Amino acid sequence: MSLDQPAPPAGQDDSTGREFTSALEDDDVLRAEHVSKRFGAVTALVDVNLHLRKGEILGLIGDNGAGKSTLLKILCGFQRPDAGRLIVNGEEVQLRSVDHARALGVDAVYQDLALINQLSVYHNMFLKREKVHWPLLANRGMRRAARNYLDEMGVNIPSVDAQVASLSGGQRQAIAIARTVYSEAKILLLDEPLAAMGVKEAAIIMELVRDLKRRREVSMIIIAHNYGQVLEVCDRVNLLQHGEITLDKQSKDTSVQELNDIVVEEYRRALEQRQRAAS
Amino acid sequence: MSQVTEQSPSLLGPSGGTGSRALGLVRSGLGIFVRQREATVFVVMIGLLLYFGIAYNSGFVSQVNAVDLLSENAAPIAIIAIGEVLLLICGEIDLSVGFTFTLAPFVMLYLNIYYHVPALLAIICGLLTGLVAGWVNGFITVTLRVPSFITTIGTGFIMGSMALVFSHAEPQEIPAATVNYGKWIGADSWAQIIWAVALVAIFHIVLTRTRWGLHTIAVGGNALGAREAGINSGMIKYGNFMITGVMGALVGIQTAFYNNTIDPLAGGYQPMFYGVIAAVIGGTAMLGGSGTILGAFFGAIALSTLTDGFDVAGISANPLGIIFGIAIIVAMVVNVQLARLREAGRSV
Repeated sequence: MSLDQPAPPAGQDDSTGREFTSALEDDDVLRAEHVSKRFGAVTALVDVNLHLRKGEILGLIGDNGAGKSTLLKILCGFQRPDAGRLIVNGEEVQLRSVDHARALGVDAVYQDLALINQLSVYHNMFLKREKVHWPLLANRGMRRAARNYLDEMGVNIPSVDAQVASLSGGQRQAIAIARTVYSEAKILLLDEPLAAMGVKEAAIIMELVRDLKRRREVSMIIIAHNYGQVLEVCDRVNLLQHGEITLDKQSKDTSVQELNDIVVEEYRRALEQRQRAAS
Repeated sequence: MSQVTEQSPSLLGPSGGTGSRALGLVRSGLGIFVRQREATVFVVMIGLLLYFGIAYNSGFVSQVNAVDLLSENAAPIAIIAIGEVLLLICGEIDLSVGFTFTLAPFVMLYLNIYYHVPALLAIICGLLTGLVAGWVNGFITVTLRVPSFITTIGTGFIMGSMALVFSHAEPQEIPAATVNYGKWIGADSWAQIIWAVALVAIFHIVLTRTRWGLHTIAVGGNALGAREAGINSGMIKYGNFMITGVMGALVGIQTAFYNNTIDPLAGGYQPMFYGVIAAVIGGTAMLGGSGTILGAFFGAIALSTLTDGFDVAGISANPLGIIFGIAIIVAMVVNVQLARLREAGRSV
């Protein structure tokens, strides 16, 4: 697959089309090939192919139940696919756990944020990656690092000692994102970071995302429902329908109208089918 | 505790005259109640000690009674409560620990007498009984996914009955070879309370200042979130069941040495319930996510002060339950209301 290999003779291009494309996209940091996943009788993902380029923000959209969260949980090592390959930074991997994925620089911010209400902001930021003067926690160091880091990111939190239960939705989201970025993750997976967020808070999070991309060369996959926001912040969009990726376009080549039309069309077709089956 | 010292200066605020300073002190005093879950039970404990100390001076304030109160009554409750606090915080409970208490000294006895295992090793094996019991509780609860409430009722029955079978339901003598060690473990008047204080100190630090404690709180506070963060919640629960088992075994062996007999009817549900009550009135949430071992320790002393105080006062044991029940409910009402204040303070 390396670029050193002589280019294949023109005649062979068609037969090895897939190989050829992946060679072209050598700057992919994350790739899922032919990934499928079932939960009992429910098929969540069928033969999903997805790739993320270095420094790119990919928007993953699709209706509820299309399999977006399942795909994300497979990419971050929380669940294992039934079939298919995952390639991280050019190497095929079998992700054993969330920790394993993290060690490879892949980290997720889940829809539920995985924050512990009863713990302080700084303990949440360092959860499972605590600074330790064995056997004790290095609380002072964690507190200072959390404070500095949140300040640097421009996240406004009254105190890092505050329990996260006392924070607003936007602050919680910001902390969850800051936590993953702080861990030096280079590939960030965000599950609906803008859900249930006010206009102002959403703007703050979107600014944070842009800032991350600009300054830290983090590549991201963002699951979102608001197509306007997706096109604004993402470089490219993938549409997931019934466990398959049915659209893959640059943001500039598509529009909210087009995305809406596709989803509405799908809904209309399903409705017609059901009506036909009923009569 | 460190929280108080850090936060009180700001609460005292700009201290102008003596008047505002006094007001600040009162406010910071109230603030401690709202913030520190241990504060309520600490005051209750001191109040009870003062009451019985003043009302029944000669009987209550004596070395003999102090040993009764602290070593015989409070220490076992406090040590069992350590385990229960950890389990309650991570969302589980162990109802079988009182039967680990019953079984452990018999394991020690039989290994030493019939299998000629050296005394110290036999004592250690007695403690390991608790480790095994805890592992089994963990296996059934975590791996086989049975609620711990049911798991531990079952294992409790099994261990209680095993002790009866082993002993033919007869109390047994302490094996002679172990007596030398027994002094250090529980036979000496102050041994049990010293163990209790040391273990409370150690596990207070484990809970508040180590990764194990942090992860225990995380698992109980948000089970899914903790797993998503990469915490192995099963391991945390297994571990806390095993700690609780060892605590139960230790108390069982201590009590045997203290009473100089191994009684198949010792232990059972009562020490377990007292441990859970001490934990809960001490400020540990039944639903997981928060708790304090220091509070449970104060709770254990408060509970023992009540039983011991009644004993000293010569009040019949019959109405004791009424007072006990009321005391537990009042303590819980205060705790719940303070927790509400805490929540309210947070959202301001």
